[in-house]
Amino acid sequence: MALFSSIGKWFEERAGLGEAVVPVLDHPVPRRTASWWYTFGSATLALFVLQIATGICLAFVYVPSADEAYKSLLHLNYEAPFGWYLRAVHFWGSNAMVAVMTLHMIQVFLWGAHKYPRELTWIVGVFLFLCTLGMAFTGQLMRWDQDAYWGLGIGASIAARTPFVGQSVVHLILGGPIIAGGTLSRVFTAHVFLVPGILIALVGLHLWLVLRLGVNEWPMPGRLVDRQTYRLRYMEEIHRDGVPFVPDVVRKDMVSMAVAVLLVLACAAIFGPFGPHGVPDPTIIDTAPKPDFYFLALFALFALLPPWTETALLLIGPPLAIALLLAVPFLAGTGEKSWKRRPVAVLGVILIVLTVTTLAGLGVMVPWSPVMDAWSGLPTPVEYVHGRTALELQGALVVQNKQCRNCHSLGGYGGRRGPALDDVATRQTRDQLIRQVIQGGGNMPAYGKNLSPAEVNALVAFLETLRPAKARAAQPVVDPRPPAPR
Amino acid sequence: MSSRRGFLFKLGLALNVVGAALVGIPVIGFITAPMRRSGGQSWIQVGSVANFPEGETRLAIYRNPVSVEWDGATANTACWVRHVQGDRFQVFAVNCTHLGCPVRWFAQSRLFMCPCHGGVYYEDGSRASGPPPRGLFEYDYQIREGQLWVRGGQLPTLAGPV
Repeated sequence: MALFSSIGKWFEERAGLGEAVVPVLDHPVPRRTASWWYTFGSATLALFVLQIATGICLAFVYVPSADEAYKSLLHLNYEAPFGWYLRAVHFWGSNAMVAVMTLHMIQVFLWGAHKYPRELTWIVGVFLFLCTLGMAFTGQLMRWDQDAYWGLGIGASIAARTPFVGQSVVHLILGGPIIAGGTLSRVFTAHVFLVPGILIALVGLHLWLVLRLGVNEWPMPGRLVDRQTYRLRYMEEIHRDGVPFVPDVVRKDMVSMAVAVLLVLACAAIFGPFGPHGVPDPTIIDTAPKPDFYFLALFALFALLPPWTETALLLIGPPLAIALLLAVPFLAGTGEKSWKRRPVAVLGVILIVLTVTTLAGLGVMVPWSPVMDAWSGLPTPVEYVHGRTALELQGALVVQNKQCRNCHSLGGYGGRRGPALDDVATRQTRDQLIRQVIQGGGNMPAYGKNLSPAEVNALVAFLETLRPAKARAAQPVVDPRPPAPR
Repeated sequence: MSSRRGFLFKLGLALNVVGAALVGIPVIGFITAPMRRSGGQSWIQVGSVANFPEGETRLAIYRNPVSVEWDGATANTACWVRHVQGDRFQVFAVNCTHLGCPVRWFAQSRLFMCPCHGGVYYEDGSRASGPPPRGLFEYDYQIREGQLWVRGGQLPTLAGPV
């Protein structure tokens, strides 16, 4: 022991690290901040370190070439010792980092930590959040499978809507006129050098600000933040009733960090790595690209926005959202901190969370997408063909053959783009059905050119049989008023 | 003496500014090079006219005119070739005009459908339904000595339709 102690002293005399670090560890913080609610930030940091460690390992094998990247991922999955595990940890770690960072952001907002004098801490945090989303997106592209290839196409198509310089922006992002080798090299550079460099610098600044300004005290309803008195009152509180950060507060942080990391490791071990999915060959077009969960809400929004608003919202929406986030501490930088007295803040959070989760849920189900193989792969329910005439049966075949079921379900199976056809005869009369099939409308293509009169006749005959046994067929609307006198 | 120190400080500053510019200008030029390169479009052969029977729409593949050796399969691009009649063709980009996903051809209903957000197009490429803001992007084509050529090479988007 004496030996260790003297080595330690020798080192300290020269490096002086203890001198610098001890006051940081010892610094007093308000007693009630030793709360589980205050541990999301440290958990995010732990996950970031985990991402760096696993990311460096993956870089030992990953080949950032459009031709080889996919093969190197398969090599990691199946051949490199522990490769599958490290890929899985990196994937689940990225999901967890976005999730825990979001919790951290919501918590500091509801606890009023963005208010004076911690505005800059919040602003740096917003940039950390954006950089993390940037890492998530570029990381998903580095999986270099079909989703990555077409995801880049989606990104480029969005960028193309920039007025005047759209095409230049697209070529800048893609590193050339089209998605290819140059694109992956750019994505790799961003994911491995540029964004992590910015992230590490910003994390340093974020932590420095936390130390310099002190951990946000536990908000008490009625205790208002005032620029003149706040810092004095905070100093008084930590001197009167403060506890040292180590060990009083750090205990819960350590548990929280370990739990976050262990959960990621467990998910990695149980569920394994994610992808790569189909080979990144753009000539294989039988694919339905989908983003990872953090961008599902955005993906859903693109399907649901009225088309004419899209370009405007794509261009204005994201900058506006970022500007709003950055403006939060200036719009509400003083006053009440407790969420119990900030109904607008609470409602705002609930509204955003509900919107994003609902959209993401829809993004999982994609009810707006045609089910591409429904027409050839799904059976016609037996009850819909039982006891039908030859003409009606012919119509049932038309429903399958002409891909109607890619968008319309029968018996609960098929697309959900258009209404289910199970009771279509209760909603539309024969004439209305014919008109709808031939002219389309209401988001349905017109089939007039693509169906022969005989096919339309059979199809409508079949559709007219589609109603529950006791339900009445749709009737033509008759004007109840007596005919006007001549 | 102080003027000499002042001069040295200014000289140091100036030399560093010159150094930063000499590195910075090429760095910016290097990174933004793809923005300044024009188009990348050229005429490419996609196959014999005989491969595309009249009245049918078929997938064709061409090799990007701008490519590097490590592009792998991404050096290929697919397009839909519709042989209307005689010498009349339509060659569509596979990319949906909404957000660029690959549209699929359904010969029975004579429609193109997009898997991403449900855009649908008629066989002549015009928009049928869903979010696309316009019909499918259409390549210029030529027939030379029985071969079909298209003018392609860049990712078709609303800002740069083929």
